[in-house]
Amino acid sequence: MSELSVNHLLGIKYLNENDIQLIFETADHFKEVINRSIKKVPSLRDITIANIFFENSTRTKLSFELAEKRLSADIVNFSAAQSSVKKGETLIDTVNNILSMKVDMVVMRHSNPGAGIMLSKHIKAAIINAGDGAHEHPTQALLDSFSIRERLGDVAGKKVVIVGDILHSRVALSNIFALKLQGAEVKVCGPKSLMPKHIESLGVTVETDLRKALNWCDVANMLRIQNERMDVSYFPNAREYTKQFGLNMSLLNSLDKEIVVMHPGPINRGVEITSEVADSSQSIILDQVENGVAIRMAVIYLLASKIK
Amino acid sequence: MSQKKLLSAQEINIILHRLACQLLEKHLDFSETLLIGLQPRGSALAKRLVKILKEEYKVEDIKLGFLDITFYRDDFRRGDKTLKANKTDINFIVDDKRVVLIDDVLFTGRSIRAALTALQSFGRPLEVELLTLIDRRFSRHLPIQPDYRGRQVDVINDEKVQVLWEEEDGKDIVYLVN
Repeated sequence: MSELSVNHLLGIKYLNENDIQLIFETADHFKEVINRSIKKVPSLRDITIANIFFENSTRTKLSFELAEKRLSADIVNFSAAQSSVKKGETLIDTVNNILSMKVDMVVMRHSNPGAGIMLSKHIKAAIINAGDGAHEHPTQALLDSFSIRERLGDVAGKKVVIVGDILHSRVALSNIFALKLQGAEVKVCGPKSLMPKHIESLGVTVETDLRKALNWCDVANMLRIQNERMDVSYFPNAREYTKQFGLNMSLLNSLDKEIVVMHPGPINRGVEITSEVADSSQSIILDQVENGVAIRMAVIYLLASKIK
Repeated sequence: MSQKKLLSAQEINIILHRLACQLLEKHLDFSETLLIGLQPRGSALAKRLVKILKEEYKVEDIKLGFLDITFYRDDFRRGDKTLKANKTDINFIVDDKRVVLIDDVLFTGRSIRAALTALQSFGRPLEVELLTLIDRRFSRHLPIQPDYRGRQVDVINDEKVQVLWEEEDGKDIVYLVN
């Protein structure tokens, strides 16, 4: 069990339970490394990684870049805004051109679901999916589970509710796969209009009453309202949403037990959760960010060791 | 696979006491000294030495840490298997201290090279020494020699020296495995 079963990280769907445990155990060691005064190890000296972002990102890109640098990899960055993609180059051509410059690994974010999977079939490099449309965002789900494990000791048997825009959220889908794989119970909660049809077939239950969902759970993962992916109106306005699905301090304090609050960021303060909740002791939002670097170091390290 | 006994429990015990005395002779009260066991197999040896120093030689305060060198190795991607990491546990400042690295078998010297690099992440020690239970002669790839040596053995390259500890493996014994 010292090796991943996959050569790419395209989605949680393709991982097994052992892979997740191996990533977590490796991330534990990297978390210790990034808390040293010298936060760097020389493992990936001979690896070059291209970060290819066809879609905007601050946190994920920064987190990947830091993880790569902490492992001593060489990196090249590419964002679609300033590239030949604008001139009509295809995805495979763009990436093949980058790979001709002897790149071993590609971290890619793309707005089309399955972009990474398509790429993995056509090019010779390890691929990490850093978010593909509304499909998957595996490293986010891994760091979310890792943060739950850190706070509550284990993920198995825990009750997790994912609140908000389930329909457009790759974070939700990856989280559902990851949590189910580790034996957690998952509930999704949000407006009917933002709930995909047949979501129950993934083994989750649906709840439309936030208070009921929160009283049931150990952990609430509050998703961001993704205005950029909404081509039509899914709810009347942000205030209406907040009234029904926003988490504030009085709701949090009125629950039967103390729950853990998560958010994948960036937060729309006052929409999904209030500032008070985000900054409270029950929130592990900043731990998630810190763990993100350790998790990404683990994933990159484990995948890089399979490149021959 | 055949195995030959190199050291018995009694021989190991005598050697450990000698090594403990040699450490004591050089470091006296251990106030400026840090013992660091290399993970995974050097840790058991380090713990055992600390136990002897504390119980039989009444040294009260010994700082012991464990260092994992996986991420500093120079054979990443050269072997077939992913190198699996172990826990590093060093919760003291290494700056200006006398460090003794402790490992069970000294073979090519590459682990020690990696350990020296890894140690830099924790500060700049005043000096670094090396203690090893088994020193495999004529097999070094790097100019590294132990300061404290348990037993020197001649072993050909495809043979392996296996050190077992009572705490982890049920008995103290050193084998030569073909």
